[in-house]
Amino acid sequence: MKHMMEVQDLTFTYSGASEPSLKSISLPIEKNKVTALIGPSGCGKSTLLRGMNRIHDLYPGHRYEGVINLLDSDEKAYTNILDIKKEADLIRLRQRVGMIFQKPTPFPMTIFENIAYGLRLSGIKKRAAVQEIVEQSLRDAALWNEAKDRLNDDARSLSGGQQQRLCIARAIALKPEVILFDEPTSALDPISTLAIEEMISVLREKYSICIVTHNMQQAARISDYTGFMYLGEMIEFDKTDTIFMKPSQKQTEDYISGRFG
Amino acid sequence: MRLLMNRLFLIFSTLAALVGLFFLAWILYTLCAKGIVGLNLDIFTKDLIDGGLRNVIVGQIMMSGVATIIGIPVGILAGIYLQEYGGNSKSTEFLRDLSDVMMSAPSIVVGTFVYAIVVVPTGHTSGWAGVLALFILMVPIIVRTTDDMLKLVPIELREAGIAIGASKYHVTMNIVVRYAKAGILTGILLAFARVVGETAPLIYTSGSSEFWSTDLTSTFPSLTVSIYNLATMPDDEMVQLGWTGAFLLTTMVLIINLLGRYASNKKRS
Amino acid sequence: MELIFRKIAQLSASLVFVILAATTIVLYISAKPAIEEFGAQFIFEERWGVEETIELSPSEQAAQDALKLESIESTGESSDGESFVEDDDDFIMDDEDDFITDDDDEEMGSGSQRTKVIYGALVPIVGTIFSTLIAMLFAIPIAMGIAVFLSEIAPGALAKPVGVAIELLASIPSIIYGMWGLFYFGPFIADLFGGNTVSLLVAGLVLGIMVIPFMAALSRDAISTVPDMLKESAYAMGATKLEVIKDVVFPYAKSGIIGSIILSFGRALGETMAVAFVIGGVYQFAGKVTDPTNSIPVVLANSFAESSGLSLSVLFYLALVLFVLSFVVIGVAKFYFLRKK
Repeated sequence: MKHMMEVQDLTFTYSGASEPSLKSISLPIEKNKVTALIGPSGCGKSTLLRGMNRIHDLYPGHRYEGVINLLDSDEKAYTNILDIKKEADLIRLRQRVGMIFQKPTPFPMTIFENIAYGLRLSGIKKRAAVQEIVEQSLRDAALWNEAKDRLNDDARSLSGGQQQRLCIARAIALKPEVILFDEPTSALDPISTLAIEEMISVLREKYSICIVTHNMQQAARISDYTGFMYLGEMIEFDKTDTIFMKPSQKQTEDYISGRFG
Repeated sequence: MRLLMNRLFLIFSTLAALVGLFFLAWILYTLCAKGIVGLNLDIFTKDLIDGGLRNVIVGQIMMSGVATIIGIPVGILAGIYLQEYGGNSKSTEFLRDLSDVMMSAPSIVVGTFVYAIVVVPTGHTSGWAGVLALFILMVPIIVRTTDDMLKLVPIELREAGIAIGASKYHVTMNIVVRYAKAGILTGILLAFARVVGETAPLIYTSGSSEFWSTDLTSTFPSLTVSIYNLATMPDDEMVQLGWTGAFLLTTMVLIINLLGRYASNKKRS
Repeated sequence: MELIFRKIAQLSASLVFVILAATTIVLYISAKPAIEEFGAQFIFEERWGVEETIELSPSEQAAQDALKLESIESTGESSDGESFVEDDDDFIMDDEDDFITDDDDEEMGSGSQRTKVIYGALVPIVGTIFSTLIAMLFAIPIAMGIAVFLSEIAPGALAKPVGVAIELLASIPSIIYGMWGLFYFGPFIADLFGGNTVSLLVAGLVLGIMVIPFMAALSRDAISTVPDMLKESAYAMGATKLEVIKDVVFPYAKSGIIGSIILSFGRALGETMAVAFVIGGVYQFAGKVTDPTNSIPVVLANSFAESSGLSLSVLFYLALVLFVLSFVVIGVAKFYFLRKK
């Protein structure tokens, strides 16, 4: 059982679309590794990522075919998350598979509350326990030093880069097993981008990570595995070094060398 | 030639704005001149029967206040439903349009409706009838402003809430509504301002009274209806009282509007 | 929890519809006696509260006879005492009718007529429509001028305070306009044009002044939806401001502007207080524009306290007419012109 998640032959059609946006995609997410998804705009990488925590469900009418397996907590078997129907189970899924979005999304609450909110929803209510987890999450997200004196300030008073780190802290407070990053630094300046990339590298020790990025160099910098997608298909998936240095598909090579974008 | 037409047009347009401002100034000047003269402590300590305005001012605020208190939950919940749960269905659009239509409906017709269902069966005018009329006028406004304010909340925020495992109810109440809180409150404030200046629907639902009253079950004093009565009396003193009342009413309404404006601008910056 | 919340929210949302439906139904039911009595003729009838004797149809005649027979049997005397009093008027007004047509009940003496009070909505309807038309004629050019001024001409620093001023004007309660109209504007107009200080003209103008800020604000919003790039490309071809406004802005914002005009029309139709002070409240047509007349909302505002029975039902009929009229106008504005997307 070495994959944390396995996408198998996933075909996904948006509500009302005539053509599927994902065609028979297969993708393994290795435990404690960073897997990057790259490809030109519209290739379906975000669509794939968003299927992995069933956030498409917010907008009714889509069709899934295929399987997305998530390793059970006891590590003995897989569950196909596409079969989940009950609201309570979906909620549990999202507590195990967290997501960071392209634009920082601080909730309209204090910094402390932002993180405590998810904890309370998952049942952790004791003040002491909450405080401890909030501090630990902020440390892991490299935000503690900047935030420790302003925990009761409105989260929106933080800078963009800080807000994104807050979102990361918020996600890891729930101790997920997988964290999905959807172009997390595309709205940030280069310095914040670097900080978050470093953080992701460290996070892989505790979590399994899948990151969508339109910045190839970022993928090359931080990921262990890379999947190149084009027009809804997974063209090639391999170790990052292989993809960038000795790709086996011509399309991959063309994209990497910038012949099309 | 083209330039000449252009010049003329610009002049006309500016003149139009000046005309508009001119009338505003004239009305406000009249109001202040006639109204301030009559201001004295008696206005606020004596009731209409004694030549003051205490009971009608309190009455107006009371009826508008009660209508607002009942209207807030109904209006906000309806707005939440339209934006968060309604989706893009035909019936949601229909309800939205209906609210817009209700917002522009003649207030006197609302008064007539309330007259038929409350005043006729009970046999007399009452504060509650007035409250009901004001409530009906207020709700569509609150519904639409809540709806519009919620629409401004970025989609990602809702998604982020769902992504940490919050249920739709939680996301809606704790995240979305909270984000739009300032805008919604402004909407409520403006709805209150609009309703506190209404006369027509109150004339024969809450009637008028010269006495102090906080009993909503019988005929109830209101500033607007009293102004109407006072201004048409042959007695100069009464007319003067009417002007003073009008001045106070306008001041109240303008202050609330400015407050609302200030609050929404502050949020934006 | 989730479900309960959703249900309650849904209920609240449907409340708007419920109120609208209830209003229509209640108005109709309350108006029914009057509708049955006067029918559609109500809209074209110009008399109000005038007594008229009318011929009883044979069936009405028989019904009246039956009633009289009953009362004689039960009280032992004819109720003619009362009817005599009523018919005294008849005798005076309609002598010949009595003798010539009364061939059925000679022993009763009278009974082939009854008095009926005629109500007709024509005067208030005409007053409402014309006062609103005057208001529109006055308000549209000025409101358009203001809207254009605010969005295209005024520099930012000026546009903001002026815009705020216009919006404040819009929030002034309509009763204030009425009072000002009665004591200041009415006499001013009377001096200018002759005629009464309360008249159709004064009412129309006060209504217009009241509606200007509303129309200007809506039109300004419509105009601001025109994309800058569109205007810039016109300027880049050397067009003057007037030409850009005439040929680019107005056509683009046309439906929004027309919608705002119609919406203002609907508002003005139902306006009570601004008009009540200055229209005169008399049930006759304004022969000249400077004569007093009446409008539906004013009739409604003034008459409810003293009415009962049929005359009350007549008021509901009037309210129903107004309701339907404004509903149609506002509906047209909303559904036809102000379609977003």
